Amino acid sequence: MASAPDRWIVEVDKAILGHNARFAERNRVRFKEANVLVLNIVSSPGSGKTTLLERTLTDLRDQLRIGVHVGDVRTDNDARRLSGKGAPVVQIVTGGTCHLEASMVAQALEKFELDGLDLLIVENVGNLVCTASFDLGEDLRVVLLSVTEGEDKPQKYPAIFRNAHVVLISKMDIAEAVNADMELLRANVQAAAPQAAVLEVSARSGAGMKEWYNLLLTARRASANREVSREGGT
Amino acid sequence: MQSVFEIAFARLRQEKATRLHRLRLRIGALAGVVPEALEFAFDALKEHTPAAGASLDVEYVPVRFYCSTCALEFGGDDVAELCPRCGSPNADVRQGRELDVVSLEVSREE
Repeated sequence: MASAPDRWIVEVDKAILGHNARFAERNRVRFKEANVLVLNIVSSPGSGKTTLLERTLTDLRDQLRIGVHVGDVRTDNDARRLSGKGAPVVQIVTGGTCHLEASMVAQALEKFELDGLDLLIVENVGNLVCTASFDLGEDLRVVLLSVTEGEDKPQKYPAIFRNAHVVLISKMDIAEAVNADMELLRANVQAAAPQAAVLEVSARSGAGMKEWYNLLLTARRASANREVSREGGT
Repeated sequence: MQSVFEIAFARLRQEKATRLHRLRLRIGALAGVVPEALEFAFDALKEHTPAAGASLDVEYVPVRFYCSTCALEFGGDDVAELCPRCGSPNADVRQGRELDVVSLEVSREE
């Protein structure tokens, strides 16, 4: 009885934000409101993330208020290693997932106050593949690569290197002992991460750590100033 | 795929429409989407919703890079490609990351 039903086209043109991306954006908003600079530290298992953080927390104790989320598949060993250095530390145990996701970081935020912190450091699960696909809401992605891993490592994991703000070449104290070809490694890092600030460090000997700390202090000052100027505007 | 339906149904309500007949998506090659998985999920989730019976059109967009060193635009398959002309690794991704709902075909049918 009725005429042929009328159908029409609606132009939408809207991006589909996946589950993780939505949590990451929510985290980003929380971090901005609390005026905290957030780092996501990724690397292969055993590159020296926790050792680097042990030293960083100790050395920067009087200059920056730092909080830490540590991600591991199992155990709270890393959180134990990092505790007692003046920074609140939360262990995130994934139970099987090979990377941290934004929702896990959001949940860990319930465990200590963000307000009053200068820096939140998230030590990701040791993994150079999946971690590249999961935005946690961080400001800076720091990729750690140790001198023992082979000079062509950056070419094998292009996604994570392409997205890095900082690349830290770690364990410099044993570079000679493992016959690392530093020129080749530097060239490969430059090729895979032309956009990144690259530093060579040793958490054990202290080499390069001053430059790493300066980078953190500078980044912190810049993010804090952004907040102030935002409030100062109309 | 749930996010896709959320976007579509919200727009349906806005349009005061009752049925979705066709959904058009734009998916870039770098978005990491497997076509079979996408189509399976769409068919599985549309049942018993205003999208029951709807068809899915996907516009797959290839990766296009732009080399800032020699100003060449070129295509590729990978997440990071060397410029085929000058070999520079500094190419930007110009196209290929899309994950968009483009349009809907709707009606007020019962």
